[in-house]
Amino acid sequence: MKKKSTTKRIAKPSVKKIKEVPSDLWNLKLYVAGQTPKSIAAFQNLTKICEKYMLCRYKIEVVDLLENPQLAKGDQILAVPTLVRKLPVPVRKIIGDLSNTERVLVGLDLRPAK
Amino acid sequence: MAKSKLNKVLSGPGLAKVRTGIQGLDEITGGGLPKGRPTLVCGSAGCGKTLLAMEFLVRGVQEYNEPGVFVCFEENADELAKNVASLGFNIQDMVTKKKLFIDYVYIERSEIEETGEYDLEGLFVRLDHAIRTTGAKRVVLDTIEALFSGLPNPNILRAELRRLFRWLKEKGVTAIITAERGEGTLTRHGLEEYVADCVIMLDHRITEQISTRRMRIVKYRGSLHGTNEYPFLIDEQGIVVMPVTSVSLAHPASTERLSSGIPRLDIMLGGKGFYRGSSVLVSGTAGTGKTSIAMHLANAACKRGESCLYLAAEESMNQIIRNGRSIGINLEPWVKKGLLYFHSTRPTFYGLEMHLVSIHKLVLEQKPKFVIFDPVSNLTAIGSNAEVQNMLMRLLDFLKARGITSLCTSLTHGSSPIEMTEVGISSIMDSWLLLRESEYNGERTRVMYILKSRGMAHSNQVREFVISNKGIDLTDVYVGAGMVYTGAARLMQESKDEAETFARSQETGRLKMELDRNRKIMDAKISELRAEYDSKEQELKSAILQQEIKDKILAADRGILAKKRKADA
Repeated sequence: MKKKSTTKRIAKPSVKKIKEVPSDLWNLKLYVAGQTPKSIAAFQNLTKICEKYMLCRYKIEVVDLLENPQLAKGDQILAVPTLVRKLPVPVRKIIGDLSNTERVLVGLDLRPAK
Repeated sequence: MAKSKLNKVLSGPGLAKVRTGIQGLDEITGGGLPKGRPTLVCGSAGCGKTLLAMEFLVRGVQEYNEPGVFVCFEENADELAKNVASLGFNIQDMVTKKKLFIDYVYIERSEIEETGEYDLEGLFVRLDHAIRTTGAKRVVLDTIEALFSGLPNPNILRAELRRLFRWLKEKGVTAIITAERGEGTLTRHGLEEYVADCVIMLDHRITEQISTRRMRIVKYRGSLHGTNEYPFLIDEQGIVVMPVTSVSLAHPASTERLSSGIPRLDIMLGGKGFYRGSSVLVSGTAGTGKTSIAMHLANAACKRGESCLYLAAEESMNQIIRNGRSIGINLEPWVKKGLLYFHSTRPTFYGLEMHLVSIHKLVLEQKPKFVIFDPVSNLTAIGSNAEVQNMLMRLLDFLKARGITSLCTSLTHGSSPIEMTEVGISSIMDSWLLLRESEYNGERTRVMYILKSRGMAHSNQVREFVISNKGIDLTDVYVGAGMVYTGAARLMQESKDEAETFARSQETGRLKMELDRNRKIMDAKISELRAEYDSKEQELKSAILQQEIKDKILAADRGILAKKRKADA
């Protein structure tokens, strides 16, 4: 079983929820403003983390605010890049280029804050 | 060269300004805020920063057709709309008409995890979007410092804010940025370092339990501005800033004269009464009849058909009307006709500035020709003499500029010199009536004189001031034997004088009669002597005649005798 994996603490509830919500367990939105180095880095860092910790059960939506500025208001975006965890609730916000993996995991509730 | 430079600055062509539309603020900034530049408004909590910023936008929409964007970091749009609705701003309507865009930026520190490099492009995008959709010319960021508590890494923030202000300038929008006042600095996070074109400081001070809001322009690059602290207040129509003194002493001077309603007083005032638009001060100790004079003047003004505003700081309207009846003045019909408007408030009800503004508003609403302030000395309860003097000066200037005649009464305390008003306002008054009471012979009487009356030949006489149920009358005081008598003493002295005069006239009569009698005696004697003389003369004359006849007879007899004797001779 997957109990022995390194992510055993989160793997267990994840498995449970997979049964209830088979798709889109992790619904993530990444807000960026244009193709800046920071936003590209953020996207790359995010996909890496998702691959590793969410086992493909995730969906990332990238919102470019330069194209859709009105979308910034809904999620109260101020800083970019901002990653918003829409699902599972509660909504979480992570700002920055996501280079600090530890903090991203804490921010996504994948790891408890110390 | 220096001169031409100065002139340039004074006439101010170099710097374009945007009128805020806030009463008084445009005056002290010399035309408004710097156009296309950010202005920092700082102050402690509750001093009206948000309101000032909001009014800037609302006036922009209403009066200058300039749309605005309000980015709030502390309140959401609904709360904001409700808060400013109390000031009569219907921002909901402007929002639906796309004249105003309210963007609530909410940041919760606990919900945010920082994971690396970031910038505030999101805010820029939102602002840009808002400015584009409304075509905004005015932008408010209220209170941007909330970002410091909401976002980690102040270094990034500072750099981003600097970029934001530069960006706002590039956009050409006139912006107001509000900030909380810090310890020893203008703002808590040193925003004045970035926004340095114009800094306005708001302040809220409490002196003797009465609060006054004040505004000061700390700096204004490239423009002259008033440097004083200007009191301002927030009333149901927004912010009103009061420039402390009027800009110029250029009010019109009417030559029209107004009757005071007391005939004798008019005579004392050069025969015609006060000038229209002049300021009259009635000062005196307690119970000398200041309010009675005020009522007479109010009555006279209403009789002329002029509207009159009575600011009563001591008595209620009903009390004044009742008291007026006791001296034969019925003010009630005028109130019913709408010619007389009473405004009764305790001075301690609110601060001096609020009083001033409420009077301003009343004057603008009621458009009176005549304003009575009874008494002004009560204002010292809520401000120092200098402040009250300042306030009255502004009030009188305001009234004079509109050609409104004003009457202020002032209570002088018994212990202080009589020719000194409590608030030292005599120098700004055109006419000054002084009421005094004199105690003599176990009674108090009132006397009045005109201490000054600019621009007219006025009486220098002291008059007794008599209040009866027919109103006020002025009578001559009794001046005689080096003394001034009033009241009963005057009456006594008068009757005494009368008796003396009577006695004197009787004496003269007696002397005249005696002279007459003497003359008659003399005349009688003269006629008696003459009669005696006449009879004597007659007697003597006849005796002489007899002698002559006798002589003739004797001579004739002798001739005959000789003839008879045949004398030879």
